[in-house]
Amino acid sequence: MAAAAPADHRAAALSALAAIRPPVGVVAERERLAAFEMDAYIQHRETPMAAVLPDSEEQVREIVRALGRLGVPVISRGAGTGISGGATPTAESVMLVLTRMRRILAMDAAARLAIVEPGVPNAKVTEAAAPAGLFFAPDPSSQVVSSIGGNVAENAGGVHCLKYGLTVHNVAGLRVVDGDGDLLEVGGEALDAPGYDFLAILNGSEGNLGVITRATLRLLPVPEATQTLLAGFGTVREAALAVGAIIGAGVIPAGMEMMDRVVIDACERYMALGLPKAEALLLVEVDGGVEEADEMLATVRSILVSCGASDVRVAKDDAERANLWKSRKGAFAALASVMPDYYTLDGSVPRYALADVLDEIHALGREYGMVIGNVFHAGDGNMHPCIFYDATRAGELERSEELGGRILELCIDHGDTITSEHSVGIEKLKSMCLQFRDGEIAAFHDVKAAFDPAGILNPGKAVPTLKRCAEWGGLHVRGGRIPRPDIPRF
Amino acid sequence: MSDDFIKALCERVKDHAARKAALRIRGGGTKDFHGARLEGEPLEVAAYAGIVAYEPRELVLTVRAGTRLADIETALAAEAQMLAFEPPRFGEAATIGGTVACNLSGPRRPYAGAARDFVLGARIVNGKGEDLSFGGRVIKNVAGYDVSRLMAGALGTLGVLTELSFKVLPKPPAEATLAFEMDEARMVETVNKWAGQPLPLSATAWEAGVLRVRLSGAASAVAAARAKLGGTEAADGPAYWDALREQRLPFFAAGRPLWRLSVAQTAAPIPAGQPQLVEWGGGLRWVCGELDAARARELAANAKGHATLFRGGDRAAGVFHPLAPAIAKIHRRLKDAFDPAGILNPGRMDNF
Repeated sequence: MAAAAPADHRAAALSALAAIRPPVGVVAERERLAAFEMDAYIQHRETPMAAVLPDSEEQVREIVRALGRLGVPVISRGAGTGISGGATPTAESVMLVLTRMRRILAMDAAARLAIVEPGVPNAKVTEAAAPAGLFFAPDPSSQVVSSIGGNVAENAGGVHCLKYGLTVHNVAGLRVVDGDGDLLEVGGEALDAPGYDFLAILNGSEGNLGVITRATLRLLPVPEATQTLLAGFGTVREAALAVGAIIGAGVIPAGMEMMDRVVIDACERYMALGLPKAEALLLVEVDGGVEEADEMLATVRSILVSCGASDVRVAKDDAERANLWKSRKGAFAALASVMPDYYTLDGSVPRYALADVLDEIHALGREYGMVIGNVFHAGDGNMHPCIFYDATRAGELERSEELGGRILELCIDHGDTITSEHSVGIEKLKSMCLQFRDGEIAAFHDVKAAFDPAGILNPGKAVPTLKRCAEWGGLHVRGGRIPRPDIPRF
Repeated sequence: MSDDFIKALCERVKDHAARKAALRIRGGGTKDFHGARLEGEPLEVAAYAGIVAYEPRELVLTVRAGTRLADIETALAAEAQMLAFEPPRFGEAATIGGTVACNLSGPRRPYAGAARDFVLGARIVNGKGEDLSFGGRVIKNVAGYDVSRLMAGALGTLGVLTELSFKVLPKPPAEATLAFEMDEARMVETVNKWAGQPLPLSATAWEAGVLRVRLSGAASAVAAARAKLGGTEAADGPAYWDALREQRLPFFAAGRPLWRLSVAQTAAPIPAGQPQLVEWGGGLRWVCGELDAARARELAANAKGHATLFRGGDRAAGVFHPLAPAIAKIHRRLKDAFDPAGILNPGRMDNF
């Protein structure tokens, strides 16, 4: 990383922040800054120049303007649950921490809209909407902690995307401070807005185009009935084929999750759930009217059996449903019991390719002599292979990264994307050069410059420079992982 | 053919950019009425047509932008699937490219999503004559800014659409249309109340004291909702929704200006002084007749929305709702970056 910021630069930034009225919370002591030195991408940490914690939109504008005048980069951060390093600091930047702006400003049940500040945790929105029979659909696994501002910045997904969409489909409006310090009101309560679709661009922009200060969220009615099944299969291939068969029958499940033997065993060790003895488990949830859900349940059940499921369990009530979900929701915690370290990939492949890609992933695991577990959103084709390693053993991290690169290549060969819901951040900058050509990368920089001409918002994240892509291409390093995540990449 | 067409298109755009000579992108020509000015030499793109990939189990369709909507809908219907945003055609020659460029969605929009919500990927030729691809063919994709969705509604001012990928959905097996007599204020309250309940709503429309509601879904869900909501079964069922979507109802009397007020769904009745048709669960208010542009915009803004002169009328005062200065600033920068010579559909989106 670059050397710490020159002392006079830092002093100027701190004095500019101290001049903001009403006064804004600033953290400048090194020990207290430790709280902000990384997000959930733990491979890389850095102490920022300072952290600033505004209480209001007006303060956010003042902060961006003041730091913009000094050319000091601003890195927005919510709860810090991102796993691609989108909120990783640099030594010469100020962290703009939005956790104090956590008010639900309006809950309009008649309009099915919630207006919230960016620091509101995702799960709080559904909690507040529940008395009106409504919910906020995006449900990333971090939802108890992760904040709406971060969900928008990452276009967060979750387990219900196939039926209910991503964050971009559930945000009606945003208020955003751009790189000039201007307040943008984008979208709103109407179903569309004049001009270019900035909501599309801002969702998933990883803090590079603006600081989100307020979001208007669309709420949906809670379905009348939900049915949940868990099915065990003798092979991963059978389970993967069942996924396509269910959708081919015209059923759009609310959720369809899969896990393989490595994950099943880890869950058993960790939680002793009495899961079916199987090579793969498929968890399927359908919802709708009471009769409709029953009909879909019957359809799904008969497809699962005809695809070879040996043990199909149907939840009889909410308690049993929660129990069936326990394995899926606790899976990542359980995986920590396999080996000291693991990291998770995030490619998407077409559903018809799931069986082949899973076979190939397991073959690669054998080739490298490494354990790979798969627990993922099968209905979306969004795979999350987890590669296990022990960082204390020499060379193991590097080998796991090489293996990860090979798997990501497989995903690109079969599908389209290096990241489905975890975003690019700093982690996948290099993979961006595999997925896009120079023209597209240049267009992304054009979009960035339109919102942030001086390049002070989260610089160096999400989109690699053309120069770096050229250098990486020259090295002919295939695959997605950057061998040395500690090297600055911009 | 793919390579040749796009190569030739890139060359043509480059040539026009060098000469700063405007191009007017044209598919089926069915939306010539829409937008502000039509300027430049026609750039015909309807010939670049055909389905590139369609795998029903993936719920994903990739097509060349010149493909006719009618052909797409026939192919999807053969697999009991549909474009869930129910796009209007405004003529048999309508192409999917024009539909996305205008972000046109039909009666199902509030309950299923708009055209932009179903776009997964776009291949475009920008104003510099570069062939670029954004997004992809998978449901979840967060690599790079979502430039493909940005193309929806950009009226071709940022690039010529050449190929598009969509998420498609199964066609609901059952459908019913119910009619209710009620005044406008009660209608607004009622359709919003129903939208907050787990009902299989797929469209609403109100005019002249009659609310029509379409239910779509599993037969059991439609039957249960019908019993719950009451009303009378409308005799004109599907034909009514087709006529509404295509603006062939008597309400859309030819020759009169048509204003489109897209507002908060819960907004109280708007005193526009002209006949209105309200769809999209209260979110879309069509006003047919002379309306002063400033007044239309004021009324829409009061209802937390925006006004567009959709057809006819005096287009001198601009067609679209004026943008706030900070928003307009970014529009200008994007336009200058994607189309530095300003040759793609100049003036179609008022100043862009």
